[in-house]
Amino acid sequence: MLLIYCPYCEEERSELEFRGAGDAHIARSTNIAAISDEEFEAYFFLRENPKGMIFERWRHIHGCGRFFNAARDTVSDRFVKTYKAGEPKPDLHPAPATAATVETYEALEGDAQ
Amino acid sequence: MRKYSVFAVVREAMRGHKGWEAQWASPEPRKEYDAIIVGGGGHGLGAAYYLAKEHGITNVAVLEKGWIGGGNTGRNTTIIRSNYLYEESMDIYEHALKLWEGLSQDLNYNVMYSPRGVMMLSHNIHDQQSFKRHVHANRLYGIDNEWLTPEQAKAYCPPLDIAKTARYPINGAALQRRGGTARHDAVAWGYARGASDRGVHIIQNCEVTAIRRGPDGVVIGVDTNRGFIGAKKIGVSAAGHTSVIMNMADVRVPLQSSPLQALVSEPLKPIFPCVVMSNTVHAYISQSDKGELVIGAGTDQYNSYSQTGGIQIIEHTLDAICELFPMFRRVKMMRQWGGIVDNTPDRSAIQGVTPVPGLFVNCGWGTGGFKATPGSAHLFAHLIARGEPHRLAAGLTLDRFRTGRLIDEAAAAAVAH
Ligand SMILES: Cc1cc2nc3c(=O)[nH]c(=O)nc-3n(C[C@H](O)[C@H](O)[C@H](O)COP(=O)(O)OP(=O)(O)OC[C@H]3O[C@@H](n4cnc5c(N)ncnc54)[C@H](O)[C@@H]3O)c2cc1C
Ligand SMILES: [Zn+2]
Repeated sequence: MLLIYCPYCEEERSELEFRGAGDAHIARSTNIAAISDEEFEAYFFLRENPKGMIFERWRHIHGCGRFFNAARDTVSDRFVKTYKAGEPKPDLHPAPATAATVETYEALEGDAQ
Repeated sequence: MRKYSVFAVVREAMRGHKGWEAQWASPEPRKEYDAIIVGGGGHGLGAAYYLAKEHGITNVAVLEKGWIGGGNTGRNTTIIRSNYLYEESMDIYEHALKLWEGLSQDLNYNVMYSPRGVMMLSHNIHDQQSFKRHVHANRLYGIDNEWLTPEQAKAYCPPLDIAKTARYPINGAALQRRGGTARHDAVAWGYARGASDRGVHIIQNCEVTAIRRGPDGVVIGVDTNRGFIGAKKIGVSAAGHTSVIMNMADVRVPLQSSPLQALVSEPLKPIFPCVVMSNTVHAYISQSDKGELVIGAGTDQYNSYSQTGGIQIIEHTLDAICELFPMFRRVKMMRQWGGIVDNTPDRSAIQGVTPVPGLFVNCGWGTGGFKATPGSAHLFAHLIARGEPHRLAAGLTLDRFRTGRLIDEAAAAAVAH
């Protein structure tokens, strides 16, 4: 379970209070009816799925109720930064802190025999 | 390859089991192959097997970054069924189910396919309407699926609590009798053995780090931690890591990877005769031949490659299991793990050509692709060999998110797995 810092409440709270809301910084086209099928696909269906730094929206649904953004490493799940909605995307290194997948067995019990 | 049989077991028992040979070879990679499959899970190994067996293409390598079957193939709860709603789904899952029925004989490897029946619990009117719609759609399409009353459900699975006062009362169930389970590792190993026997190279500890293309854009091979390996065709079948690999060829796929967990109990005497799933309260359970209760939980709400998952997810599942089967309340859980599943927006798989010539993709099986393994592998081999999809997989194209021809099992699937 994650521990998440809400930039509005200025407090770390358990993941149970939050709802993940997917990719951050997606701009809806201002002329949505006019865009091509390719553009619509990119806007509507294609999401970032990096092994490394992800920028995503969270909502403190069982707290202040507000949406905010976060930068998180998807290999370690560690939050690098949370920031208020509307603030610019921070300039962070995209590579994960460790490239190796954290395997439950190896990480906790040593090498497989 | 020496055939496995009861005589082989007796012969080896007489001479101290000294004659068993390695099930597959571990050769050094060649400089170039006709086709490379990225990902040594059941789908990838199976595709290599069928390329060799049915299309005569044997100059093939399966590149696996860890050990074969160490991904979702070896981490899943092995539920097999074909009672999906849409024709595109029924086509491929039923194709797979038919192959499961003869797979042990075909591979000369006991994959322990056990058609013990998959029963899906209905808890409310919405479930009931949705399941009955599935039952009718399946039967019209020639796929077995039947509606049970709560009493019939209890008769089929005696540990089930059908009391009206239960926390999650049951108003019926859908049963696919041909559904069941199989031994996950054996599927990977059986395909690896059969493929290796036909000349396919199984190369473990070989991680693909880049996809190389010629001046005309056509693939020419892959970079790996063991050097460059040339290939005329590349089939990517890497489940949760598909996005990472497709990005190497600048292809964006509509996938999100997140952890899905499972756990097993201490071994018990045979107590649980079938597979029971409840989507509404999110719990899946069967009993392995070792006696462990095998329990599947849900996905985490965020993208992750951590292969762990949050504890609240498994707690929620165990809450439900204890309510549905009060007799399991004091059973101890022994092991828990996670796998990274690749989900598409419409929760149906993607198998097809890509904008890059020579590059093929099989992905998006998400939380439910073990059951598809033989069918998907069989059709993926066809795609790679012929360069165009088989009729039974024709709807699973990557471009459906542009054309809008979605296969919306996301809204319609009775259950996730
Ligand atoms: C907990 C859990 C329960 C599940 N329960 C069910 C169920 O009951 N029924 C069902 O039908 N399905 C279930 N599934 C889903 C099912 O496991 C998957 O859909 C299916 O196994 C995918 O098969 P695969 O062989 O393609 O994947 P995998 O076995 O994951 O194979 C992909 C392989 O690609 C390798 N790879 C990744 N990146 C690279 C690289 N760069 N280079 C080389 N190799 C690479 C990986 O190491 C991996 O071995 C479950 C999944 C999980 C995690
Ligand atoms: Zn808050």
